[in-house]
Amino acid sequence: MSTQAKQPMTMTQKILAAHAGKDFVAPGEFIQAKLDLVLGNDITAPPAIKEFTKLGQPAVFDNKRIALVPDHFTPNKDIQSAEQCRQMRVFAHDQSIENYFEIGEMGIEHALLPEKGLVVPGDVVIGADSHTCTYGALGAFSTGIGSTDMAAGMATGLCWFRVPEAIQFVLKGKLSEHVSGKDVILHIIGKIGVDGARYQSMEFVGEGVASLTMDDRFTIANMAIEAGAKNGIFPVDERTKAYLENRGKRPSVIFEADQDAVYAQVIEIDLAAIRPTVSFPHSPDNTRTIDEIERMEQEKGAITIDQVVIGSCTNGRLDDLRIAARYLKGKKVAKGVRVIIFPATQKIYLDALREGLIEIFIEAGAIVSTPTCGPCLGGHMGILAKGERAVATTNRNFVGRMGHTESEIYLASPAVAAASAVAGKIANPERA
Amino acid sequence: MSTSGRAFKFGDNIDTDVIIPARYLSTADPEILAKYCMIDIDDTFAGKVQKGDIMIGGRNFGCGSSREHAPIAIKGAGVSCVIAETFARIFYRNAFNIGLPIIECAEAARKIADGDEIRVDFESGKIENITKGETYQAQPLPPFMRDIIDGGGLIASIKKSRGEA
Ligand code: SF4
Repeated sequence: MSTQAKQPMTMTQKILAAHAGKDFVAPGEFIQAKLDLVLGNDITAPPAIKEFTKLGQPAVFDNKRIALVPDHFTPNKDIQSAEQCRQMRVFAHDQSIENYFEIGEMGIEHALLPEKGLVVPGDVVIGADSHTCTYGALGAFSTGIGSTDMAAGMATGLCWFRVPEAIQFVLKGKLSEHVSGKDVILHIIGKIGVDGARYQSMEFVGEGVASLTMDDRFTIANMAIEAGAKNGIFPVDERTKAYLENRGKRPSVIFEADQDAVYAQVIEIDLAAIRPTVSFPHSPDNTRTIDEIERMEQEKGAITIDQVVIGSCTNGRLDDLRIAARYLKGKKVAKGVRVIIFPATQKIYLDALREGLIEIFIEAGAIVSTPTCGPCLGGHMGILAKGERAVATTNRNFVGRMGHTESEIYLASPAVAAASAVAGKIANPERA
Repeated sequence: MSTSGRAFKFGDNIDTDVIIPARYLSTADPEILAKYCMIDIDDTFAGKVQKGDIMIGGRNFGCGSSREHAPIAIKGAGVSCVIAETFARIFYRNAFNIGLPIIECAEAARKIADGDEIRVDFESGKIENITKGETYQAQPLPPFMRDIIDGGGLIASIKKSRGEA
């Protein structure tokens, strides 16, 4: 190479360049990158397995770098889902896939993979599930792809990408009490819209990052796709390293954006100014702050609810359950409201049990479900009837997402969801 | 590598439900899907479109679900290329992976009218509007992306590169 000045890159560009064997990759450029991990679930893996079989290749590229997680319609909700799970199970067995997680050791994929140390900083990960972007919290590049990509990834260990431009989010200050990562990402999506970061990388930086817990970061990166982004990514700091200790299965490679990296946009976010935020039906960018909701309540009456769902790959981690427990402890859920809490993994479930959180939930009148995607995608375990309204800590409130096309979903943080469960209406956790 | 055909123009936010409604998803057969392609927005499309024709979209083409059936239906209908101002991300991937070339070019998407005669050169990214005598420049497809299209999709091109096809 020449002695020419090095061209600056964002964090995502650097990770992609390293995996494409290049010194520099430019936004818009197409590259082929080496994969550290390929993920599929019980809905997306079966078609990928079918495509893989067409190649006639006897074995996957690396049986340690594929993760198969039956989480969507499990425990098998009907015969069709049982058949799909079986296809995946048989394939995992035949191919000696190391990271196949059967009921009993499973969890929702995007909570499970980081927990098991399967994703480390600097990785390139693809998953046949749009919320694969969650692992950006660990300083990895990870993104959702289709079943054909998954098939090709399993066969070759490679995937093509168009290098994304980036939006830099500079986080300042600290979150106030009752506010968490969910409010941050809902606030951002409300600000930039559901295609505000289309194709782009959302890169979170600034002194405010240090104050965010890992669970906050997972929640924020998880919903990058809801702004249309290809990935969301956080720098690796002491908290990331502490999280990875005794967990990371492979050595980390830490990439940092260059000081003079070029961004399509730079947006400053004052964490201290973020209020509890709720996405109204039927789009994640249709946000209102709790203050706006309280004013609406005075004018038009409260938004009463039928169901509260606390869990999912967005907010089913231990911190989320701790927060929920804080507002439910010693209280009763409002009469007529069904509260369903689903810890995201077996480990989270057990930790919550040992901490006494499960007892708090049951005493308050909530039910606690085994880890599953179930209610989040309207699969099972909590479908909404016509006209019903739910507050959910999940990530999508599209028409019909949790059941009937005339039901409504309000996306919120665990604090708002738990406070609402007690109040029987969308409620301000600051008053709980 | 190039293609030419008549333009069929559509608007912004053409979602995958418009491209192929969910009620026809019980099969992934391109010929069957092709019959229902765009049916909810233009039920004459499937009858009119000819092999080689080019589809033009506005912003955010292919938004909505991640169903691979959408590009399969378009390709099955004979469309040789989709040009749009912007594409939704997963549609973009799926299109290439099943062997349907797509090109982002805002100028072409805006200036091309329904029925214009269009020629696209994938190597140079040049889009010629023969009817209007105009030329638009898009970013050329890099060689390995062209190989995917040439090979008839991702899986087929992997096979080909291994000398099996
Ligand atoms: S919890 Fe919901 S969003 Fe997350 S992977 Fe499961 S279905 Fe998808």
